[in-house]
Amino acid sequence: MNRVAVLLCVLVLPFAALLAQAAADGAWLTLVPHRDHEKINPFQGQSDAIAAGKNVFEEHCAKCHGENAEGTKKRPSLRTDRVQAQATVGDLHWLLVNGNMRRGMPSWAKLPDPQLWQLISYLKSMHE
Amino acid sequence: MNKNQTPFFLLLCLCFALPLCAQERPYFVTYSHEMEEPGNLEIEMFNVVGSPPGGNTFLGSTVEFEYGAKAWWTSEFYLDGQSTQHDSTIFTGFRWENRVRPLLREHWINPVLYVEFEDTSADKALREVVGHDGVPDFADSNAEARQDKEREMELKLILGSNYRGWNISENIIAEKNLSNEPWEFGYAWAVSRPLRFAASAHRCAFCPERFQAGIEMYGGLGDRYSFGLNQTSHYFGPTMNWTAPSGVTLSFSPQFGLNDYSIPRLYRFGVSYEIEQFLSHFHRGGY
Repeated sequence: MNRVAVLLCVLVLPFAALLAQAAADGAWLTLVPHRDHEKINPFQGQSDAIAAGKNVFEEHCAKCHGENAEGTKKRPSLRTDRVQAQATVGDLHWLLVNGNMRRGMPSWAKLPDPQLWQLISYLKSMHE
Repeated sequence: MNKNQTPFFLLLCLCFALPLCAQERPYFVTYSHEMEEPGNLEIEMFNVVGSPPGGNTFLGSTVEFEYGAKAWWTSEFYLDGQSTQHDSTIFTGFRWENRVRPLLREHWINPVLYVEFEDTSADKALREVVGHDGVPDFADSNAEARQDKEREMELKLILGSNYRGWNISENIIAEKNLSNEPWEFGYAWAVSRPLRFAASAHRCAFCPERFQAGIEMYGGLGDRYSFGLNQTSHYFGPTMNWTAPSGVTLSFSPQFGLNDYSIPRLYRFGVSYEIEQFLSHFHRGGY
């Protein structure tokens, strides 16, 4: 019986670790509904929105993701290719509204929608 | 600066100097579905002043320590006290509550389950109104009221929605004194919104988006044997808060009793401050 348990652990644990790694690597992107994926930022191209988004970022996000969104010891960078290129503005909006609570990212639906879009304007401006 | 000005000056320094932030709903009784961010510790002090007919004016106070254990789980510990004019100032007990969000995404209506244990006596903090709570509860002296120990279990169903910048929250409350008393019921609901939805491009302390305003209503619904509105108290009033750039939030609400069983007026005010990532080294990250 003990051998079976050990064998199960040997087989199951690496698989579980792989799943956890997959989730940490942006599996949330596959969950975004098509209509959210296609959303357009109403503040796109507005320099004021980027400045306002920077204020929102510094107040709500910088403590976890770093002052320049470079990530911290425990929380991911937002300057990665996944956030800057792979994810659309609609994907990021979906993530901010819903969070990724199993992975520690809270929902930011408590911020009004315009502030979320301003924040996304700022995040995407890092790529430019 | 004289001695009277010192506390005001310290509060002003706290509001503008510390580099932290919070975004709070302006509710005193109603819980919204929004949880504390994981790793954050919020320290809050809420006070209520009232003058019950036939009783002495009182100040009920609660100090709260709210910790975001997970994105879907918030735990909170309260210490309660009260001061009654022409009587005494006493520590009235403690509460410990946990809130769990079963649905991990944002929906039209977001439920949160709330469980609380409290051990209080002569409590006047009025953090909820249930059963037949009302003016007669405030008639006894503190010495008499302290004889009545309340070891209670409280359950709440919190329902919350965010729609176009507005927050709408409803609470359904069931409370049971563990010393063989019937279940008591109550309700609370509130609506609020920031004065402006978009953030300002420049840093400012008094921008409209830093203010939230709304209305709040709560009251008792009787108990298991006498469910309904008979001999229950109800309160209604506007509520407002302001969050400083430093993360200190100041809240105020005048509330009005809606029947003779309620205290005619309550004045509530609170201060809260959030320490971000208080125990961050205990959390895993990466999404």
